[in-house]
Amino acid sequence: MNTTLFDKVWDSHVVRKIKDGPDVFFIDRHLIHEVTSPVAFLGLKSRNNSVLYPDKTFATADHNTPTINQHLPVEDPLSANQLKALEENSKEWGITHWGLGHQKNGIVHVVGPENGITLPGATIVCGDSHTSTHGAFGAIAFGIGTSEVEMVLTSQCIMQPKPKKMRINITGELGFGVTPKDVALFIISKLSTSGATGYFVEYAGDVFKQMTMEGRMTVCNLSIEMGARGGIIAPDEKTFEYVKGRLFAPKGEAWDTAMAYWKTLKTDDDAVFDEELTFSADEIEPMITYGTNPGMGTGISQNIPNAEDVEGGVSTYKKSLDYMGFAEGEAMIGKPVDYVFIGSCTNGRIEDFRAFASIVKGRKKAANITAWLVPGSHVVEAAIKEEGLLEIFNKAGFVLREPGCSACLAMNDDKVPAGKVAVSTSNRNFEGRQGPGSRTLLASPLVAAATAVMGVVTDPRTLL
Amino acid sequence: MAYDKFQILKSTAVPLPIENVDTDQIIPARFLKATERIGFGDNLFRDWRYNSDNSPKEQFILNNPIYKGKILVGGKNFGSGSSREHAAWAVYDYGFRCVVSSFFADIFRGNCLNIGVLPVQVSAEFLDKIFKAIEINPETELEVNLQNQTISIVATGEQESFEINSYKKDNMLNGYDDIDYLTKMKDEIKAFVETRPF
Repeated sequence: MNTTLFDKVWDSHVVRKIKDGPDVFFIDRHLIHEVTSPVAFLGLKSRNNSVLYPDKTFATADHNTPTINQHLPVEDPLSANQLKALEENSKEWGITHWGLGHQKNGIVHVVGPENGITLPGATIVCGDSHTSTHGAFGAIAFGIGTSEVEMVLTSQCIMQPKPKKMRINITGELGFGVTPKDVALFIISKLSTSGATGYFVEYAGDVFKQMTMEGRMTVCNLSIEMGARGGIIAPDEKTFEYVKGRLFAPKGEAWDTAMAYWKTLKTDDDAVFDEELTFSADEIEPMITYGTNPGMGTGISQNIPNAEDVEGGVSTYKKSLDYMGFAEGEAMIGKPVDYVFIGSCTNGRIEDFRAFASIVKGRKKAANITAWLVPGSHVVEAAIKEEGLLEIFNKAGFVLREPGCSACLAMNDDKVPAGKVAVSTSNRNFEGRQGPGSRTLLASPLVAAATAVMGVVTDPRTLL
Repeated sequence: MAYDKFQILKSTAVPLPIENVDTDQIIPARFLKATERIGFGDNLFRDWRYNSDNSPKEQFILNNPIYKGKILVGGKNFGSGSSREHAAWAVYDYGFRCVVSSFFADIFRGNCLNIGVLPVQVSAEFLDKIFKAIEINPETELEVNLQNQTISIVATGEQESFEINSYKKDNMLNGYDDIDYLTKMKDEIKAFVETRPF
């Protein structure tokens, strides 16, 4: 009946439509962390409001937490203060809280799916732009500001104009050594960082059907990097299989009811999108970025484009390359690297560490590389140990750290020094993102692993 | 009342003709550690504004006393990246009440509207005119009239209209915010919850 998946989920959550204004939009699940929630709780108190549905909000500490010695008190007083605020606010209002050291603690967008908080057909928000991750389950999920965190706490609603709809199809089969991260970086390089602003994106086609749930999470996670509010993928048997039995997932009769509904969550054949793009999987090779936004990416075997060949301002482009210390026309392969970071809500799940292990197994970390291996959660950390990956890492000269956002945004001590180059599996290569003056090359866990053992930017296909 | 009313703003402006200014430049993550909304203006554009020893970078526009005012004019795709409302807080706390660009990132635009900073989206041509006018004369004043939804270069009278939905416009004109609206809807929301499957 010509409706999209996105329409079906969105429209079923509109409490009230305001004429020439936003929709009053109901939120099923709300995730909070220590950095963007304290001011929302202060606002709540100053207006004498209370948390309307504490059982629909879930708290985890992740953004500023240390990734070593988590059993010791947090040294940075400002970080410690934020963690304490999260704990106290959660306790005061009866919100589930997974603080530092809790076995369920981890990055908010890793623990949500792990615990069945993330469900098909749900609306999920968090004061973090990578909330788009949860769209992998057929949920509408997006990042919000702190004022909106306060709105959700107060009313379980936010006020949102409905975005336009875009569908991105990728046909065919991914090539050797090409991962979901490469698919996402490829799309962003085609659309630019603002190409999908104002849209919600549905990913469709063979490539996404074949993809694992974790791969879909990586792709949806990066939707925000092309400006989209979020990304969504129709739920299928893989989705239901993943969700079933998890802590907060429906059980028994409620599961059957949910399943009956979830099976209706797909775009009708005759539905029309405001924008539709199709790419072929053949076009995608392992990707790497060379500039200071995620749209400045290229196939790893390519050279850095000339300013005249890219869209946007030439001066901004040149400023970006100057910051990186790169020049137009240079090859990416062979570029010297100082740091390798695997982790974050983009690539901090078990499949990412398996991929990393598949290359470093039987090899040695290059002497010039400082490597940070940071699992997305304690659950991921435990799996790394159980599956014997830790042994592989240790033999190759790598050490596993404790979970958190870590060097993705460098709010803790995991900072890349000024002028140093990091190959990072995270999501943003903005100036100074990984520490003041740091230079970031975004890539997949395979590229990160190949670079970590060779000491320079390396095409993983040569080592697989 | 949730924030200051916004009606007519006549002011000189600070130009920042750079594209894709992201939220990590507006306020780097290491300055997001406060638990109260105070002092963010000091760290607005921190790493463009200060050297690592905290001395000001003289060539950066905010360190040039010639440029001042309550309006910040940025290049295309202003505010991309993170959802941190701290970026909008920093803009506000520094003293800006309006940001002008030819294109805004969604979340940043929403965050601005939620705290009473008006994002004004103009055409690429008009943005260029503003940059040129300020380049020729840093004392150039802009006038933003929310009721009429217009922005003009005062000296030349050149003008363009901008879009804002009538709900948000009414909020900004009167200093109301979404929480004021939502708290009046609680019964309707409670009834809605009963219809949700999970």
